[in-house]
Amino acid sequence: MSEQIKPEPKEKENFINRLMAQRAFYPILALILILIVNRLIAPDFFTIRSTDTRYIGSLIDILNRASPVVLLSIGMTLVIATEGIDLSVGAVIAICGAVAAVLISTTEMSAPIVILISIGVGVLCGLWNGILVAYFKIQPIVATLILMISGRGIAQLITDGQIAIFNNEALQYVGTGVLFGLPVPIFISIAIFIIIYLLVRRTAIGVLLESVGANDKASFYAGVNAAHVKLFAYILSGICAAIAGLIITADIRGADANNAGLWLELDAILAVVIGGTALTGGRFYLGLSVVGALIIQSVETGILTSGLPPTFNLVVKAIVILLVLLMQSSIFRQGIRENILKLRRTA
Amino acid sequence: MTPEYEEGIPLLQTRNLSKSFGNIDALIDVDFTLHSGEVHALLGENGAGKSTLIKLMTGVHKPDSGQILLNGNVIEVNNPNDAQKKGISPVYQEINLIPTLSVAENIYLGRQPMRMGFINTREMNEKARVLLQYYYINIDTTRTLSSFSIAIQQLVAIARGIDMSAKVLILDEPTASLDRKEVEILFEVIRTLQEKGVGIILITHFLDQVYEISDRITILRNGRKVGEHKTQDLPRVELISKMLGHDLYEQLGQSESNDNSAGKEQDVFIEAQNLAQKGLIEPINLTIKKGEAVGLAGLLGSGRTETALLMFGIKNHDQGQVLVNGVPIKLNNPQQAIQHGFALCPEDRKTEGIIGDLTVRENIILALQAKRGWFDYVSRSQQDALASEMIKALQIHPPDPDIPAGQLSGGNQQKLILARWLVSNPDFLILDEPTRGIDVGAHAEIIALIKRLCSEGISLLVISSELAEIVDYSDRVIVLRDRQQVKELVGDEISENAIMQAIAERDNV
Amino acid sequence: MRSRIFPLIATFAVFIVLYLIGWNEYPAFGTTRVPLNMLYDKAFLGIAAVGMTFVILSGGIDLSVGSVIAFISVFCALMIQETGLHPLIIFGIALTLGAAFGATMGAIIHYLEIPPFIVTLAGMFLARGLSFVLSEASIPIDHEFYDFVSSIYYKFPDNGRFKLVAGLFLVILFAGMIVTHFTRFGRNVYAMGGDSDSALLLGVPIAQTTIGVYTLSSFLAALAGISYSLYTSSGYPLAVVGLELDAIAAVVVGGTLLTGGVGYVEGTFIGVMIQGVIQTYINFNGGLNSWWTKIVIGILLLVFILLQKLLSSRPTGIKLARL
Repeated sequence: MSEQIKPEPKEKENFINRLMAQRAFYPILALILILIVNRLIAPDFFTIRSTDTRYIGSLIDILNRASPVVLLSIGMTLVIATEGIDLSVGAVIAICGAVAAVLISTTEMSAPIVILISIGVGVLCGLWNGILVAYFKIQPIVATLILMISGRGIAQLITDGQIAIFNNEALQYVGTGVLFGLPVPIFISIAIFIIIYLLVRRTAIGVLLESVGANDKASFYAGVNAAHVKLFAYILSGICAAIAGLIITADIRGADANNAGLWLELDAILAVVIGGTALTGGRFYLGLSVVGALIIQSVETGILTSGLPPTFNLVVKAIVILLVLLMQSSIFRQGIRENILKLRRTA
Repeated sequence: MTPEYEEGIPLLQTRNLSKSFGNIDALIDVDFTLHSGEVHALLGENGAGKSTLIKLMTGVHKPDSGQILLNGNVIEVNNPNDAQKKGISPVYQEINLIPTLSVAENIYLGRQPMRMGFINTREMNEKARVLLQYYYINIDTTRTLSSFSIAIQQLVAIARGIDMSAKVLILDEPTASLDRKEVEILFEVIRTLQEKGVGIILITHFLDQVYEISDRITILRNGRKVGEHKTQDLPRVELISKMLGHDLYEQLGQSESNDNSAGKEQDVFIEAQNLAQKGLIEPINLTIKKGEAVGLAGLLGSGRTETALLMFGIKNHDQGQVLVNGVPIKLNNPQQAIQHGFALCPEDRKTEGIIGDLTVRENIILALQAKRGWFDYVSRSQQDALASEMIKALQIHPPDPDIPAGQLSGGNQQKLILARWLVSNPDFLILDEPTRGIDVGAHAEIIALIKRLCSEGISLLVISSELAEIVDYSDRVIVLRDRQQVKELVGDEISENAIMQAIAERDNV
Repeated sequence: MRSRIFPLIATFAVFIVLYLIGWNEYPAFGTTRVPLNMLYDKAFLGIAAVGMTFVILSGGIDLSVGSVIAFISVFCALMIQETGLHPLIIFGIALTLGAAFGATMGAIIHYLEIPPFIVTLAGMFLARGLSFVLSEASIPIDHEFYDFVSSIYYKFPDNGRFKLVAGLFLVILFAGMIVTHFTRFGRNVYAMGGDSDSALLLGVPIAQTTIGVYTLSSFLAALAGISYSLYTSSGYPLAVVGLELDAIAAVVVGGTLLTGGVGYVEGTFIGVMIQGVIQTYINFNGGLNSWWTKIVIGILLLVFILLQKLLSSRPTGIKLARL
């Protein structure tokens, strides 16, 4: 049986086509477009003023407010890469925030210890999810749904139904502090991004995650321990959620079990999908997920600064998301191309 | 004793039917004829073109050239639904029914009897029950399909097809999961359908059954028809010879002569003692010395792949043990096998071997990386070095380590999987059909590679349907038939004839 | 049939046990008042959950139902208060809107092959957002039709009131049962959820069935929104945030597999009633706090999932792209 490789037809190798073929093209294009639209709406969108303590500006605001979702989307990317999903991160935010707030206000423990314990609780939540998925082989959407539903109840248990308020400068610093003129959460999210990026790309973990998500059977045949890999992903997701929870709690100086991180898991999933990581797992793009998170936050901040009544917030967000999804959908683009060709022919 | 079938205008016919997928010619100029009331066996190894032929008949693909005729009229089959409407009904091994619905619902899905605008469940269940009695089964049709054995599920699928007025029934490996009694019932059903005038195409690898039930045999090999005979006129050995037959390989000429068994007076390296798993394979005994190549021969379904899976820890064994240098080892999962220096190139490259979305480079270092663990990262420079070394050594084409592995042709994918394992420095390499579906040039390369590996001291267990190749490089050949070990040939005993005789169950040349 | 009925029986048993625990502490459980109030309180959740059952049976998911309920309630309130149209006409428009919304989502899911999880998530944002655009605050409804509906009930001797909205819930439940058991559409939904590849080969109309289930889900969500407005005599944009989770929980606890193809509307009904029992118990017990509801439902969910795993022989490797 002969298998000659027939020569490929020459493709239009111009710059635009090559650029458009880059995966990062559409997410970054979307972000740029949204920022430009924001600038058109609010002329001082790109300006940054400085006071004696800090810099102030819409761009900084976006980076600051986006930090929790950025963190969540990093962990979520790893989970989705293994063909899973983590619906519980919002609830984990509430739990870890509650733990931190209650510990710092009712015990003598110092802020660093409280932070460590809170992250530890995040690890436990991730472990819980990971064991259900990797060892009990429960579907990720159901396994994490359990914690999503009951997690806020647990958080309320910890805060005893109140919004646990605390007053501790060290802990507050996490959410409201300023470093080199910029809000601390920005540095935290950058730091975590760098750490996790190095962790998955400078060790084998990244490739193993991708291979398990892309073809877990072939990975098994090649000797990869899929259970360990999946466990890792969910634990990391829990850690990211814990840190996000600390930022949110520190920001309002209290733990609101009902509202902390509400629906943020959905924003995180959206960020990952917009960033190009497929829900079916395999190749993942940490950087692009962060771009996705920034897109979502830019839309929200844009609506705020535009003077549009905040009531339009969700609608605009929904429309923008839909547009980005359509733009990314190759089927949609194909359909448009075909229709444009049809029009050209009839003209 | 099979009933006479009607000559005259054939029920189903193909003329010069051809189909290619990309660069691979799956079916070349095939003429096939099926008469009303006939059982026609379609035989050939994997990759011979059987499933392509069936997919063309059932509308899954469209032919590149050639015609399909039904009752003498040229037809076009547009999709599986269309095929069913025209009376061509396939029943595949995976039983394309809905396991969560009841038996009755599966039979009448989309055409349920109605009463006053609603489904008449009682009538549906009763009709189904009566219908199935015709097929010798008396079951509660309200139970879910999955609660019944594969044998029953198959009969349900057949019943649905026939009830929807099928004239041509295509059975794809129908007896693979059936016990003796269930096979008899199926054959009774087949005979009854024959009397009704239904034409049946039977795809199976059980030669006994072919001789028991079929009227004619068509043999495909490498996409072409290599024989069409009346079953009673075709001796078994000739059939096997046509199926496995001679290859262009012979014309290539070999470098060194086969003198493998001399100088291998070493101790046994790997030994399988009474290795077995219920339902999978009967006890296997084999020994492999360092640098030896042991061939595993047999027809499709004889248990060769199962042996490989047991020896690599993919499936667990409930009997016997595997020893390395005389010491029994644990083989509960591939990781344990790998730790002992084992490696496996699986039969199904696409689902079990290649990770299509990852690059060539990533595929190559995967097993090595998995062996080393998370933190002993194979650095990028190491990866590049290993990848380019392997690409060069195995002549992987295109020689670009950064393209997705899924873009490679079948032969190159095979080389890629080989590269993956070679990089992990195995002591024992299991190859399952390493030359299947790849072009002749690559065959020769891989054979040369196998011999080189042996001379470097790596032990090999090679499963192959290419008898000429097995004979060339094997020091020993073990023959399997119907999940049992039937013969071991050593040194001079090894020849294509000897292997075929062993498979065919005759003891003398 | 046995293996399919068992989860239903298990769920029912749990319901009975919980009810008996409640009865043990609060004699009111023995009157008709408690169950009838449960029916009334959970009516809008129940109606939406019936729709959710169809979607999950087909192998998909609908995250937008809570937001649709809120939107429709605000829509109705606004239209009734601002225009002179009769509520029934407005209800008709609302239901049409709901159906169109669902059909659009279904079409995007099928033709653009974007996962239902993502599409209905966007739908959730859109519907909730539109609610806020229509009104930032709650809109009280003051119309004689609403008063009329409130006044319709059947009174039992021990003062239990079977109200119209509760009756509507039962009617929808009954209709759902008929559609799932006795219509070709219903069986096609089961076929698609059971094995979508085989369903395609067997001639099941995938496009129509997919669009059909999402249309149905949003239609019922709209009906639930109408019921909500009747229940509270108002429209509220912040209404029932998170209701889709409760609906999903009810469906799963009711024995429907998230992979699709297995389950009953009847089970969802029991799942909703279980939530009702827990809620009622917690209401009676002033000491226990409402967050316990969430924890108990979470535990129930876990137990049922593990039970399903034990009983079902189906592989759990879902194609996440479908969700």
